[in-house]
Amino acid sequence: MKKLQLNSKFVPLIITILLFVGLFAVGSIKYPSFFSLQVFFNLFIDNAYLIILAVGMTFVLVIGGIDLSVGSVLCLVAMASADLVENRGVNPYVVMLLMIVIGAVYGLVQGTLIQSFKMQPFIVTLAGLFFGKGAAAWISIETINITNKTYNDIAHYRVKLIGDGFISIGAVIALVTLVIAIYIAHYTKFGRTAYAIGGNEQSALLMGLPVARTKILIYTLNGICSALAGIVFSFYMLSGYSLHGQGMELDAIASAVIGGTLLTGGVGYVVGSLFGALTQGIIQNIIMFDGSLNSWWTKIAIAALLCMFIIIQRLLVARRDAQKARSRGNLAKNQAVAK
Amino acid sequence: MQNRLKNITKSRLFWPLMALALMIVFNIIFVDDFLKIEIKDGNLFGRIIDIINRAAPLMLMAIGMTLVIATGGTDLSVGSVAAISGALVCSLIGGDFKGVAQHPFAVAILAALAVSLLAGAWNGFLVGKLGIQPVVATLILFVAGRGIAQLITEGQIITVYYKPFAFLGGFAPGIPIPFSIIIVAIVLTIVLLVLKKTALGLFIESVGVNATSSRFTGISVTKIKFLVYTFSGLCAGIAGLIISSMIRAADANNAGLMSEMDAILAVAIGGTSMAGGRFSIGASMIGALIVQSITTTLYAVGVSAQVLPLIKAIVVIAICLVQAEEFRRKAFGIFAKKGGVQNEKAAAKL
Repeated sequence: MKKLQLNSKFVPLIITILLFVGLFAVGSIKYPSFFSLQVFFNLFIDNAYLIILAVGMTFVLVIGGIDLSVGSVLCLVAMASADLVENRGVNPYVVMLLMIVIGAVYGLVQGTLIQSFKMQPFIVTLAGLFFGKGAAAWISIETINITNKTYNDIAHYRVKLIGDGFISIGAVIALVTLVIAIYIAHYTKFGRTAYAIGGNEQSALLMGLPVARTKILIYTLNGICSALAGIVFSFYMLSGYSLHGQGMELDAIASAVIGGTLLTGGVGYVVGSLFGALTQGIIQNIIMFDGSLNSWWTKIAIAALLCMFIIIQRLLVARRDAQKARSRGNLAKNQAVAK
Repeated sequence: MQNRLKNITKSRLFWPLMALALMIVFNIIFVDDFLKIEIKDGNLFGRIIDIINRAAPLMLMAIGMTLVIATGGTDLSVGSVAAISGALVCSLIGGDFKGVAQHPFAVAILAALAVSLLAGAWNGFLVGKLGIQPVVATLILFVAGRGIAQLITEGQIITVYYKPFAFLGGFAPGIPIPFSIIIVAIVLTIVLLVLKKTALGLFIESVGVNATSSRFTGISVTKIKFLVYTFSGLCAGIAGLIISSMIRAADANNAGLMSEMDAILAVAIGGTSMAGGRFSIGASMIGALIVQSITTTLYAVGVSAQVLPLIKAIVVIAICLVQAEEFRRKAFGIFAKKGGVQNEKAAAKL
């Protein structure tokens, strides 16, 4: 009985890993040059920012919240760092530090509004989405290219791996973030509190867990993740533009959900989000390799995939609830018989 | 006397109307010829007419959004659905230079409305039947919808030269009032009639207040939710027709961009709680007018279109803060000793 429940919890994650392998196989069969180590490493290079966003989003979804502002925080950070580095000549490292602080403040303000004033997460973060977009456009409507030497050096640096394979610094940052997040989520008090809040906030409160502090902190962490993703994104694109990061909130949510995080909160795996992000990367790669398909198909495919996984989740949760109800019914019956 | 004054301030429409009056006074002082209305070629022209005309799509979206929010949900896809509807109607009519329509006008409009209805039904299915959080369910179309619109127009901006198409967002021959205002009036009348004459309005409110207990009293929560999302899709579709008619083109990227924010803002200004429950469509209409006059005023002051969302985001947060009980308790708690009850009541009406 217990084993079965454990299984149903892991089902979305297993499906995702199978899907990832399957898609990679499909791509390899259709396009001869697809099957190579570098294509695999490129997934990390091209989706480094998405992996970081997905990691942050996983925590927010685990506590049963949502953050729609991640894409526009990324955009704002890329824009602001481009402007500060290029037009104002600020030291790149100071800029990066400042961006992290901005992300933290962004998240902190949103978290405080949500937690302390009992405002709905979606309305606060939707306002955050538009605020970020507006602020980025306020800095400049035109694209700002980053020609700064430090940024370019970091962007073009190759971290050698097995054989000729390499990944970028951005990908390394993403992987480090992932490892830290796994540690926080599964091996610390803070992580367990987050899962407890997602499972049942009332119970968590009654257990004496620091619910308010944890929730605000998680939104703050997500803000930091978004800013970090923005920095990685600016390495990747080497420019700031007010239309960057459009629709990225869906990508991040999709990554987490595809990776097995329940939208209702309480269940989620940081590793799953990595596979969620990589699966999206593969879809994008296949569409790119195909060449004849409109790039808009990527968005539609991701939305369809998200739909599919949400429906799988609903079915699994419905089955679990039915099981619970049945066992409860049996228990009641047994008690009645005993009497 | 005091009682009557209290009754007036108690009305749900009071604060939105005050805000609108404030906007109008501001405009009269700072914008030249604000009140001037003249007749050109048998049509009414003027800044006020222009604001109402431009507010028409927003008002339509706000009608649907009010009902959705009243059930405790939200619809982020209205802008994208508007883009799909506009893209479809323009591609069906076609960009013929001589102004000949490829398909009959009525067919194009009906097809666009049918597709918007379908998009709304899809949202309704996800939220009502599958029980997915409204934000995520509608986020799917929010992002994918623009992709679909792009596919319909094949990535191009289709400019329509077919004359009657311009009537929708402009003036129909022989009628001095902009046609979009008439569309809004018709939709509004139908909705208000249905809500007043049937128990539907009550059902929607009850679902928003407590879905579980509504189910126990025998209201089909699934059906009600499905209905409001479908209707919201339809409203967004009609709005999309007007938007594309105003620019006489289908712009998959920019048509209805950020209108989800405007629609939610309009509903919030109207005083409908974001948590669901009591709602007022009339107040949302005033909210839509306020949002549009804020937009127009900011344009007049010289704020660029891209920076607008920054200001609107702040306004939304400010309004929601005032609506939030926690904030009111903290802010008005200082005055609690001196006539705190009155303050509380006044604030409760916001």
